[in-house]
Amino acid sequence: MKEGREKTALVLALACLAAAAWLVPYAWMVLTSFKTLPEIVADPTAPLPKHFDTGAYHEVFATIPVGRYMLVTTVMAVAIAAAQILLALPAGYALAKLRFVGHRFAFGVVVACLLVPAQATFVPVFLFFAHVRLVDTMTALVLPFAASALGTFLVRQALLSVPDEIIEAARMDGASEWTIVYRILAPLLKPTLVSLFLVSFVFHYNDYFWPLVMTTGDSVRTLPLGVALLREQGTGVRWHIVMAGNVVLSLPVLALFAVAQQHLVRAVRARS
Amino acid sequence: MRPRAPWHPWAMLGPTIALLVGFFVVPVGVAAYESLFSWDLLTPPRYVGGANYAALAAHGQLLNIALRTLGYSVLVVAGTMTLGLALALLLDRPGRFYAFVRACVFSAYVVSWVAVALLWMWLLDGNGGIVGRLLRVLGAPPVAILGDPRWALPALAVVGVWKLTGYAMIIFLAGLQAVPRSLLEAAALDGAGAWNRFRHVTMPLLAPTAAFVATTSLVTSFQAFDVVRIMTQGGPARSTELFVYAIYEQIFLDLSVGRASALTVVFFVMLLAVAGMQLRAWRLRGQP
Repeated sequence: MKEGREKTALVLALACLAAAAWLVPYAWMVLTSFKTLPEIVADPTAPLPKHFDTGAYHEVFATIPVGRYMLVTTVMAVAIAAAQILLALPAGYALAKLRFVGHRFAFGVVVACLLVPAQATFVPVFLFFAHVRLVDTMTALVLPFAASALGTFLVRQALLSVPDEIIEAARMDGASEWTIVYRILAPLLKPTLVSLFLVSFVFHYNDYFWPLVMTTGDSVRTLPLGVALLREQGTGVRWHIVMAGNVVLSLPVLALFAVAQQHLVRAVRARS
Repeated sequence: MRPRAPWHPWAMLGPTIALLVGFFVVPVGVAAYESLFSWDLLTPPRYVGGANYAALAAHGQLLNIALRTLGYSVLVVAGTMTLGLALALLLDRPGRFYAFVRACVFSAYVVSWVAVALLWMWLLDGNGGIVGRLLRVLGAPPVAILGDPRWALPALAVVGVWKLTGYAMIIFLAGLQAVPRSLLEAAALDGAGAWNRFRHVTMPLLAPTAAFVATTSLVTSFQAFDVVRIMTQGGPARSTELFVYAIYEQIFLDLSVGRASALTVVFFVMLLAVAGMQLRAWRLRGQP
């Protein structure tokens, strides 16, 4: 269908408006992070900093141990994403391909857990971890998410379209069930697994809620918590420092997004 | 297929089922049990029956929290669906420029809620925020948006819409792929204008997608916590105290396990109602 020139111009203008609605806030974040405190106090809405000052970034690195927080966050997110995939493969295989007593029960548990968010379980789980003295440990951050109902479900869905003959042939060749799951089926599911890993990594890297309620001190504090603390610390809100922290927090995720956009978009669609 | 050994399925499912039951099923039961006790984490728990629920229901606190959460969610869902659909229709065009705009909108969904909340706090700041400055240029009276009980909750909803519109747009774009071009072209040949093509061809075909987006965004916004914790701490005058934040307050600020558990139970029941809608929406789309 041909569109008239006027309509094309209107569409283009609206698209530019949409881009601005998302880009201007990002730009404002970056521009503010290069300002100095006196500049912000004197004229908070001046569009450009007088000269690009990196003082706010020095301040961020001096106030919070960015490197350590980033390491803790990355280790946690990688551990969760990896555990979810390692556990979801055999579980999804059993649910998609094997007939056994209790299949309905097991599948029911997985589907039911799709509907229970961590926000509805954190009170008892926190009390449990406090009781066994595991608050402020990597265990409290990783273990509750080591198994993913969604991951198990999506692996099962993907395995349903893999023909049984592949598994039968592997069994005939004497491959063990573990070989079948991790060596033969996993490579076939690579796109699904990559998407799962990325989505899980990004979600837990970004997560504020669980690390907040499961930590009381600094030992396994994650980067989102550290950046949120930048605002709570000190006298008066120094927005250039908070925005610099924001840039440090968002840049790795946005870089990942730029590289792996197709995977992330596909993963979000796969859930639907 | 038959498992090779009867224990194989359980060896494969064991860790997953154990972790899911241990961290998602059992805690819900434990919360229901603990909601019947009064416990401040220091002295021993004391059985009080339904007193925690009664105390929360008195003065309408529970009702207010539920209505506030519902209000926030309705604003976010309505906003993301309208904007998400409009942007999907607008940006469903070939070319690098439109791909770039789609990526811009979707990027907010990928960035941390912490970054988004802090960024919007600065944008909405009473002194130096550019949103306030913009509104003043347009002739609105100067208000500290986040400090005003009338405007704080809608402001949080705007932030939620900004964050989640990309998600709705992506799902709607996937839904639009399923609308056959031939059908639209046939309608155009029959003389249907753009609006009629949208109203009578695209919209009916997008209905299952819309139901899916609505229920998933509803579940997401029901769980909103980060924006509240970071931007307003439930204030001013409790106007932004949403469910999860209220639970958080009860256990970590008031040290009241019983009331936190009672709130958790009510929250869970509300989620179940939404989840029921979600399952129906999934069935509509031909999923299990």
